[in-house]
Amino acid sequence: MSYAIEMRQIRKEFPGIVANDNITLQVEDGEIHALFGENGAGKSTLMNVLFGLYQPDRGEIYVHGEKAVIHDPNDATRLGIGMVHQHFMLIDKFTVAENIVLGREPKKNGVLDMKEAVKVVRELSEKYGLDVDPEKKVEEITVGMQQRVEILKTLYRGSDILIFDEPTAVLTPIEIQELIEIMKRLVHEGKSIILITHKLKEIFECCDRATVIRRGKNIDTVKISDTNPTELASMMVGRKVHVQVNDAPYNPQGKVLEIEHLNVADARKVEVIKDLNLTVHGGEILGIAGVDGNGQTELIEAIAGLRKTKSGTIKLNNQDVTNQRTRKMIEAGLGYIPEDRQKHGLVLDFSIAENMVLQTYYQKPYAQMGILQNKVIAKKAKKLIQEFDVRTPSEKTHARALSGGNQQKVIVAREVDRSPQLLIAAQPTRGLDVGAIEFIHGKLIEEKKKGKAVLLVSFELDEILHLSDRIAVIYEGYIIDIVSPKETNENELGLLMAGRKKGGSEA
Amino acid sequence: MGTEPLFEKGEEIMSFFEILTIIIPSTLLTAAPLIFTSLGGMFSERSGIVNIGLEGLMAVGAFAAAVSTLGLEHSGLGDASPWIAILIAGAVGGLFSLIHAVVSISFRADQTVSGVALNFLAAGLTIFLVKLIFDGKGQTPYITHNIDKVDIPGLAKIPFLGPLFFQQVAYTSYIAILIAILCWFIVYKTPFGLRLRSVGEHPAAADTLGISVIKMRYIGVLLSGVLGGIGGAVYLVTITSNYNVTTIAGQGFLALAALVFGKWHPIGAMGASLFFGFAQALSITSQQIPYLDRLPSVFMLIAPYVLTLIVLTGFVGRAEAPKADGVPYIKGQR
Repeated sequence: MSYAIEMRQIRKEFPGIVANDNITLQVEDGEIHALFGENGAGKSTLMNVLFGLYQPDRGEIYVHGEKAVIHDPNDATRLGIGMVHQHFMLIDKFTVAENIVLGREPKKNGVLDMKEAVKVVRELSEKYGLDVDPEKKVEEITVGMQQRVEILKTLYRGSDILIFDEPTAVLTPIEIQELIEIMKRLVHEGKSIILITHKLKEIFECCDRATVIRRGKNIDTVKISDTNPTELASMMVGRKVHVQVNDAPYNPQGKVLEIEHLNVADARKVEVIKDLNLTVHGGEILGIAGVDGNGQTELIEAIAGLRKTKSGTIKLNNQDVTNQRTRKMIEAGLGYIPEDRQKHGLVLDFSIAENMVLQTYYQKPYAQMGILQNKVIAKKAKKLIQEFDVRTPSEKTHARALSGGNQQKVIVAREVDRSPQLLIAAQPTRGLDVGAIEFIHGKLIEEKKKGKAVLLVSFELDEILHLSDRIAVIYEGYIIDIVSPKETNENELGLLMAGRKKGGSEA
Repeated sequence: MGTEPLFEKGEEIMSFFEILTIIIPSTLLTAAPLIFTSLGGMFSERSGIVNIGLEGLMAVGAFAAAVSTLGLEHSGLGDASPWIAILIAGAVGGLFSLIHAVVSISFRADQTVSGVALNFLAAGLTIFLVKLIFDGKGQTPYITHNIDKVDIPGLAKIPFLGPLFFQQVAYTSYIAILIAILCWFIVYKTPFGLRLRSVGEHPAAADTLGISVIKMRYIGVLLSGVLGGIGGAVYLVTITSNYNVTTIAGQGFLALAALVFGKWHPIGAMGASLFFGFAQALSITSQQIPYLDRLPSVFMLIAPYVLTLIVLTGFVGRAEAPKADGVPYIKGQR
């Protein structure tokens, strides 16, 4: 039988790295096929080869049984292959309809026929149940709708094989459910789908088969109904995956962070932290649970010295550090894994080595009499790269070129290596694969064992429940309650996060 | 001046209307080269290539216009000479802009540096060629067939509006305005315009839809060369009539400022060019205008540039440049 897509023995090398090493992928007609692997395993590279953005060094591609040579996206489109990119390929200032028809515009006497474009988009969006407003500008619509625009772009070009590149990374839980429904409907309409992902949950919710790749190599192709999440996860990582649980005994030591009556305003001058009190001890992981937007960001920024407080005190190791400059905070023993790793964690166009010494570059031995000691820095970086398993061709590689998981490892390496008294980890595993999550969780637990204080902020309840010694629930800018993970459950936490205290009383 | 009325009754003084009949045609005249050139810059920057070389493109255009007008006059083409020369200047400007295109698109060099190089090259090359062609002289002879200020038949007779807008104007001014409208149509109403803007905003997105980023950017830069060359030529055949090293002196940069002031929009660029034209017209005609003639002339001479500064810092606000303006496109970069 012939496959919708068959990629045989694809090899693609980049300087210093083999991204795809003889990978074979066979996608049947009308199935949702998962391409499953860790960050940086080579999934996106393989799909960029299929879409004509990269040329393979070796290997053959067959579309509906016929050999195909795909030089550029035009070729791919002609063959009915469409791609929904992870980072949306949309022009913010154009309307939805303009984005969709771009490159294949309806014309009337050589003039753009936008009326026709809007009509066609409306018809398509109704046919496939993809709700969009064709006349709105992309910058005005939600992320979920932007993704539907991306899908419509491929449908407008008549694609019958759709590639989804980590489509759920940017979506809220509700939008993820909607997307899964959309994919099922598309398959029902006769399309075939390749879903690039590292999330097990999605695979078991909607895929028929999965091809697992690891470090650029084929591992196996399995039927989802014949496997289970644990098996698939270990296939991806190449060993048994342990869910890291904080099982070290809880021996709280002295107070490391003390926050008293803290008030902080956000960018619009609205008070978002209100009279907040919180203490974190050495040797404990304190998890902050809460729905996004209840003041978590502002709280962390205030502690890190990135945002001015209105009133209240913040003490680090019994030293008042309220409204201190960030460098003072760092020198006083603060480590910080920020929420947005690309914006606040790294300088993307600096090398990994440079990123590793962002806070310490001016100190000995990295600088001598004001001159950077690049050899010392490189040596240090190499050591950290090995210790923290950062997958990169070299320490000179720019941070931009790394996958998300490896970028995060660079930050964790830098922060943990300084051995700070207080480590703030804000959403430390967002968007990462199982292997990287396991690794980072392990590091946080290690810090606790060393007697350091860890402040963990996360929207993932699993993460909070697995790692914390105590859980502080934040609601509308204050700590509504502090509970022990052994004595609580997701239900109770959920209620607290919605502002309801034990006994059902409204807080 | 205080509370004194500007024009006292009975006094033999120029009326406000008369002042306008001097300033408006003069504004139209000085704005035309800026309109052409800023439209050229618009095409380049909409495609994502910063073109600081407009000054050089104007210089090359003006030089080409001077030399070809002189040549055409010599071969007896008479009044048609400057018009043909403008077209030749457009072609020369287009060719010259290819340097910028190759360096900044194909070789992905820094676009500002490449643009500056274009300016230096234009200044040096044109004067070198002037010396070569005209026996070592530093400037070209004056052309005898300029594009003159005329009364436009029919329209000039309209009461009130005629004297303001259609008497003593050059056809080139109206052609410039029509071209601006045409550019607006091309950029906003045709598939070509949509594609041009798409490569200036998000080249990777355009690329995945099968639009050639390289090709669109070459076209953008080429059009900037053609229009910049025409802009320089119009300046020469309507205003200066000969070419030397100071002929263009800042006009290209004014056009660039007009482009930013006009927010990279064809009609906006035209409006901004008219505004800068007005500023220049004020300084040229100030000696004929009551009260202004009492100000030291140096104030009027620097007026266009001071106004540019004030406008660009104070009134433009957050100018929205095309997102990928100045960013070389490298396939597959994260």
